[in-house]
Amino acid sequence: MAVTAKQPVSPDEPFSILDDNGHLLPGAVAPPIPDADLKRLYRGLLLVRIMDDRMLRLQRQGRLGFYMTSTGEEATHLGGVYPLTLDDWIFPSYREPGAAFWRGYTLKEFICQLFGNAEDLVKGRQMPVHHACRRINYVSISSPVGTQIPQAVGAGWAAKISKKSDVALVYFGEGATSTGQFHVGMNFAGVYKAPTIFFCRNNGWAISTSRDRQTAAKTFAAKAIGYGMPGIRVDGNDLLAIISVMNTAVQRARDGEGPTMIEAVTYRRGGHSSSDDPSVYRDPNEPKKWEPRDPITRFKGYLETKGLWTEAWDTQIRDEINAEISEALKAAESVGPPAPDTLFDDVFADLPWHLAEQKQQLLDEIAAAGGVRKLSAH
Amino acid sequence: MPVMNIIQAVNDALRIEMRRDQRVVVLGEDVGKFGGVFRATSGLFEEFGPDRVIDTPLAEAGIIGSAVGMALYGLRPVPEIQFADFIYPAYDQIVNELAKFRYRSGGQYPAPVVIRTPYGGGIRGGHYHSQSPEAYFVHTPGLKVVIPSNPYDAKGLLLSAMRGEDPVIFMEPKRVYRAARGEVPEGDYTVPLGQAKIVREGKGITVLAYGAMLHTVIEAAAKAAEAGIDAEVIDLRTLLPLDLETVLTSVRKTGRVCIVHEAPRTCGYGAELAALIAEKALTSLEAPIERVAGFDTPFPYTLENEYLPSPERVMASMRRAVEFQ
Repeated sequence: MAVTAKQPVSPDEPFSILDDNGHLLPGAVAPPIPDADLKRLYRGLLLVRIMDDRMLRLQRQGRLGFYMTSTGEEATHLGGVYPLTLDDWIFPSYREPGAAFWRGYTLKEFICQLFGNAEDLVKGRQMPVHHACRRINYVSISSPVGTQIPQAVGAGWAAKISKKSDVALVYFGEGATSTGQFHVGMNFAGVYKAPTIFFCRNNGWAISTSRDRQTAAKTFAAKAIGYGMPGIRVDGNDLLAIISVMNTAVQRARDGEGPTMIEAVTYRRGGHSSSDDPSVYRDPNEPKKWEPRDPITRFKGYLETKGLWTEAWDTQIRDEINAEISEALKAAESVGPPAPDTLFDDVFADLPWHLAEQKQQLLDEIAAAGGVRKLSAH
Repeated sequence: MPVMNIIQAVNDALRIEMRRDQRVVVLGEDVGKFGGVFRATSGLFEEFGPDRVIDTPLAEAGIIGSAVGMALYGLRPVPEIQFADFIYPAYDQIVNELAKFRYRSGGQYPAPVVIRTPYGGGIRGGHYHSQSPEAYFVHTPGLKVVIPSNPYDAKGLLLSAMRGEDPVIFMEPKRVYRAARGEVPEGDYTVPLGQAKIVREGKGITVLAYGAMLHTVIEAAAKAAEAGIDAEVIDLRTLLPLDLETVLTSVRKTGRVCIVHEAPRTCGYGAELAALIAEKALTSLEAPIERVAGFDTPFPYTLENEYLPSPERVMASMRRAVEFQ
């Protein structure tokens, strides 16, 4: 049956533009994207895949405490961010680093955050992968899921109140739709027509809990109806399809028509995190079934049909990415830990007396030990 | 006698009680087929099935809210909150609902729910996997708060908690989840709530601690002994109801006190202990009461060892108290 860009077969069918080989589906219309951007997007997908691979290996070698991969979900990172401008806000969860890279978060900044060192923008205060970068409107990541959802509504709403056309994009997994914050946020956004885009990465698994334990509804997109906003189900492994539905949602938000919920249907091929062992709770053949739907391979196929992809170019950019990661890693590894007294910074705008006292206590303790940093080993 | 770690002891207690009492159900995120992210409920799903070992949606308020309803109806729910840092979405359900049900219904509706939750730092977990929120719950009338430091107590206290009539916040010291090993009797036994334990007798200073910090204190006490300081170390085990008598008896003997916890200092549980000792044993005191606690900062990631009370910090505090004239 023909699938067109305008009309999915049924509301439950995820909207796709590309088939598994990256060819346009019959009747499908690709969103207009300049060739240079298409190539940049492909590089953006590859960067996440390669970075994940390298950082997970680093973690396995014991050189990094913790990591979270996005393997198979990279199209949601790039597809969400591409239709936005830099003035728009992103409230990420912990599995969308490609959106930050796209906006100029540097590889060194990324790796310094993983190490929690002195050049980490988060100052070593959060676990790895909990990035925050104000420069690119990439808001601080929280481990408890769903907390960012009402916050993103507030940001979009504030833009509307301030008569600006900025929109807020909030990423969350399907597990987060079970939280109170999801419902609270969707409701507020619907009522106040906040220019907020709810981007649900339905990757099938919340640690060990499968998607059918999160809701009895047929789709997550269906939840949008109850809050008076459109809910769109899109193929989360099809970058062009995501960009296409995002374009519509962004336009709607900028036109003052309010929020949209997007359910991107994808699959978490790796573990929840480097601490997870999915073989305990899921059929090891299940991830393999998703490999033929790989978002990078599909997008590569599309570039090939447009004459934009060659083996030589592919090898060249992979080499470039690997070299850039190596360079960033080397630079990040040479950065030491944050100074101990930074522990007390940023609790309040100004240091109150009791924290000043405690800060002095720590400094005295270190001085008494001959100034040697022996407490936290690095 | 078998040797277990704390996770195995908790698992053993849950299995014993679920076999003994059909009303006991376990619910939480990833507690079923997966057996919990720390494996504390491992094997229970297989033995008791999906109606008694329930994988829930990801919603702490839903987990505790539904546990309250189950308890009102007559079940004995033992929900798990995956990390104590994640308990706050359920805070309203715990503080306003669970803790108050009996009182507000004139004694008609008790809600015996035991909330198990791993707490504490030292695992490089940063702000969201390291907190010690015990003071919020001790401060809430209607809740009992229990924190074991070792496998024997973990099993015996959890069995007592599950057999009680009150809601209990049962906080498990995840830093020593596997490291704290010890002999644990097979089968049924209980350790009563509200009884502290003197783990090291001494005459020079009373040191009060619980959970993971107990191990830091024991290390400090051993070093202090080499320096001629004779510490009496008390594992409080239950924060509410507190075994005040054991504490006061010791303070009257030693005249000096050091209180250790990893939660932030201000309005931490140590403040309450200090107030109680001052109220009840002021004339026995020969030095200001010392507190060693986490700093009043959010729990850090990279600098967690600076943040957490170390044996050296505890020992310096003991020395101040002992040398005070």
